[in-house]
Amino acid sequence: MEDLSFQHRVRGRAGGSRQNALVGVVASGNLEVLVERTLPDAECRLEIKTAAVGFGEVWTAVIGDFVERYSPGGLRFSINDGGARPDTVSLRLAQAVRLIEEDGQ
Amino acid sequence: MTALLRHVAPAERISSTSFSEASARTRVELLLDPGSFVEFIGPEKREISPHLRIFDLPEQFDDGIVVGHGRLDGSPVFIAAQEGRFMGGAFGEVHGAKLTGLLRAARQIRSTPVLVLFDTGGVRLQEANAGELAIAEIMRALMEARTAGVKVIGLIGGRSGCYGGGGLIAGCCSALAVSEPGRIAVSGPEVIETNRGVEEFDSRDRALVWRTMGGKHRRLLGAADVFTDDTMQDFREAALDLLGLVGTFGLDKLKAEQMRLGDRLRRFGACEDAVDIWTADGIAHAETVPELSADQFIALANRIGRTSRDAR
Repeated sequence: MEDLSFQHRVRGRAGGSRQNALVGVVASGNLEVLVERTLPDAECRLEIKTAAVGFGEVWTAVIGDFVERYSPGGLRFSINDGGARPDTVSLRLAQAVRLIEEDGQ
Repeated sequence: MTALLRHVAPAERISSTSFSEASARTRVELLLDPGSFVEFIGPEKREISPHLRIFDLPEQFDDGIVVGHGRLDGSPVFIAAQEGRFMGGAFGEVHGAKLTGLLRAARQIRSTPVLVLFDTGGVRLQEANAGELAIAEIMRALMEARTAGVKVIGLIGGRSGCYGGGGLIAGCCSALAVSEPGRIAVSGPEVIETNRGVEEFDSRDRALVWRTMGGKHRRLLGAADVFTDDTMQDFREAALDLLGLVGTFGLDKLKAEQMRLGDRLRRFGACEDAVDIWTADGIAHAETVPELSADQFIALANRIGRTSRDAR
């Protein structure tokens, strides 16, 4: 297992009013993303526990692209990864943002 | 998928979603009345396994089981759903404790039934002792809940089936519904082959596995009360049917179940294969049973009749 952590300054706050959301499951080639609205509006944090050791550079690129595209301000992402491919990671992160941007508790 | 599917009408989603392919969370969402589910100890609580990190294995925030309460056709229910894709839906310490707690809550409240959506290979080997203890605690909590008047309905149709301790817990339920992909047993195919040899059970013979442990055989043997097709709509209807059918539980029912099992052993104990059992049970062309569509099989099962309501 390897732990990775990323912190980004972002343009603006993510929309919606939900406090948290969960997508995905921890399985081979899959991951779960728990997203919580707990940070100041201009901050975004991602904490990753991954079964695939040594892919820090790939994570840096995938997450840089994600933050630039979605501006997920105020959101803390906690990820348990079972060795998902970068495209699956991008998809799950996008799903997590879409879900927390819905209205509700 | 959740985000993309939210524009699809709920009625369309529940009838077009496969139970076996859905995640535990999707199963809970679609089985219950829309928006009624409230989770206990949700993923944001991070009640993860204390053991997996020691083995350098990934954790899941809900430890592979979703528990909570909601409404089914307007009436309150407790519900638990195992995630069969996380470690084969296996029981660990936290996973098991969440189900035990739910059953104890049901025992205390008495009037609210419990739905258990099994999807498990059995005990998680990395936390074997804690997992085995969890199975025993769940079985005790389940029987105490039933004794207090709670109906506990098992729904089995996941890709991991219902094996090991999960098979034992399923055997304790008031009633079970099963679909074709659902399998119910204690020892799985590979376990039997390892212990008893390939001549006893060839685990690579998928047809043998399915006709011995699959949903159709379990329904015909009376181990499962209802056979259902694989959609969420079918499982929802099966759960409602069974909640209406289950009678009171007590010593008389256990004695009747013992007689039913003894009778079954006398009638079919000498059979070598599931097809022999179906033939002995009076099914014409029994060898074609595995090929029947769900509708055809349900018609056949209805002709054979349900398990006597006195037993189980």
